Amino acid sequence: MSRRADSAGRIAPSRLRLGDVFGVGSSGLRTRKIRTALSALGVTIGIAAMVGVLGLSESSRADLRNQIEALGTNLLTVSPGQGFGAGDGVLPADAVAKISRIGPVEQVADVVELDVSVLRNDLVNQNQTGGITVAAADTDLLATLNGSVAEGVWLNEASAEFTNVVLGSVSATRLGIIEVDRGVQVFIGGEWFTVVGVLEPFPLAADLDRSALVGKGVATSLFDTDLNPSIVYLRTPSESLDDVRGVLSATVDPAEPEEVSISRPSDILEAEAAADSAFTNLFLGLGAVALLVGGIGIANVMVIAVMERRNEIGLRRALGATRAHIRRQFLTEALLLSTLGGLAGVSLGAGVTAGYARFQDWEVVVPPEAVIGGFAAAVIIGAVAGLYPAMRAARLAPTEALRSA
Amino acid sequence: MKAALELQGIVKEYPGHPPVAALAGVDLRVEHGELAAIVGPSGSGKSTMLHVMGTLDRPTRGSVFIDGRDLSKMSDRRLSAVRSHLIGFVFQQFFLIDGMSTLDNVANGLLYSGTPQRTRRQMAAQALIRVGLGQRMFHLPNQLSGGERQRVAIARAVVHRPAIVLADEPTGNLDTKSSTSILDLLRDLNAQGATIVVITHDLEVADTLPRQIFVRDGRIERDTGRLEIAGADR
Repeated sequence: MSRRADSAGRIAPSRLRLGDVFGVGSSGLRTRKIRTALSALGVTIGIAAMVGVLGLSESSRADLRNQIEALGTNLLTVSPGQGFGAGDGVLPADAVAKISRIGPVEQVADVVELDVSVLRNDLVNQNQTGGITVAAADTDLLATLNGSVAEGVWLNEASAEFTNVVLGSVSATRLGIIEVDRGVQVFIGGEWFTVVGVLEPFPLAADLDRSALVGKGVATSLFDTDLNPSIVYLRTPSESLDDVRGVLSATVDPAEPEEVSISRPSDILEAEAAADSAFTNLFLGLGAVALLVGGIGIANVMVIAVMERRNEIGLRRALGATRAHIRRQFLTEALLLSTLGGLAGVSLGAGVTAGYARFQDWEVVVPPEAVIGGFAAAVIIGAVAGLYPAMRAARLAPTEALRSA
Repeated sequence: MKAALELQGIVKEYPGHPPVAALAGVDLRVEHGELAAIVGPSGSGKSTMLHVMGTLDRPTRGSVFIDGRDLSKMSDRRLSAVRSHLIGFVFQQFFLIDGMSTLDNVANGLLYSGTPQRTRRQMAAQALIRVGLGQRMFHLPNQLSGGERQRVAIARAVVHRPAIVLADEPTGNLDTKSSTSILDLLRDLNAQGATIVVITHDLEVADTLPRQIFVRDGRIERDTGRLEIAGADR
């Protein structure tokens, strides 16, 4: 009798070991596997949606950041100022020479827009330019922009003097030019030019994707143009970027520095990366709704379970379970149900993120806060959903629970 | 000498105008080692008596003693402790948990006493051997016959060696052959020292047990008394 009573004859209290709480709480789930899976599914979908949305937006952002890093954030552009009182907006012809005299500037190159159009051949209507700009470019342009050639070659000192053209990626598509090794020609400003190369896209200078670039030599000789830069690209070490930026306008046009506009193209991408897309919030909202519905589903299933298992509750009370033990059993069951759903949801969300990010060639990022948050949400939902059914089960009088056979 | 179970002036009324008295003053003493039948037609109050004896329900007036302990002032938690340590229940519907092995169903009899699982299973195995189901430990309830299920339920009721076993119509759902073997089992367990009270409406069942307590309208009508005590005091 020592186990059940102390020396004063008092009976030891009813006790359910911690490990047994888990066993008792999971017994109902183990015997009703399909119902368990279905009721956990609601939470799974909600959590998966939330983790997936956060993971995908984080992955796409990481991809953008990687791009920015690869492109470099130390590129500046100088262009004529636009807007009220800024005049026609022309940069001085010696702008490149002046900028290259600024100490820290490493590379500088300019582009001069030409007032001619590029056509596939001489039969095409002159006005159907396809939105392609013809421009004269420094041979340093490609190096300054960290660009590369998709097909053929870039202009060099020699080829820039002749009727050769390099097309931006969009221009090539619009002109229907796929390969350049057969001496394909296009019709620019009344002259035939040979396409020697097609460029890869420039994320930091998207205007160039829609350009046809010729050498400055041939531009001056054929089209009688002055060489006032339309835009100047320059690279400087990141640490001196602000200093260079500060003196740039005054250097380019000491008389009217306000007519010079300076920008940092990577800022635009940075802003894009920082922006939360409206869709992210929408899907997060949908995920939250799914989660709520899942929680209600669990509460519903638990209420039914309590009604169905009145006899079991009565039996357990007869075996010595206290009200608290019964409450704990059903609360554990709801928690296990939602935790199961949460785990499946987190795995599913992370899996979808990984799959889609791989498919898009993005870096796979599953934010830990989404995983922890999703899991915590599932646990909280389970606790809230299980509380009422558990209280009901605990309140049930043993005689009533046993009677309803 | 402490009785296994003692009822003193038990009245149980259910609210109403006027209140319905299910038990109208019951005095009863069951000694350790007894095997007694409480007999009565339905509505006689015998089920209420079982609930009050088993601490599943509180009397309106009067005192219940189990193993000498007065239960009238105990809290719900303490009463749960009394059930987990001192009382074993056998029900007409067996109340085994589906999907749980015979062994674990029996081990559930010790679940709320804080006994570690290993010990619970060891004791459950011994109890199953005692009721003649040593070969059925890992069967599920739905793989057993009705008689076997009731044996499992009896093993669960005695696994913690309670001061008293309360059996509510233990043969009510069984055919004659199974009923006979269950009654034989109860007699065997009683011979080994268990105190057992069987509640039944069946006079034939009651006739096979050493003591019969006849109940009608919430009162004890007749008590054949302790004709024979099978086991020694525990």
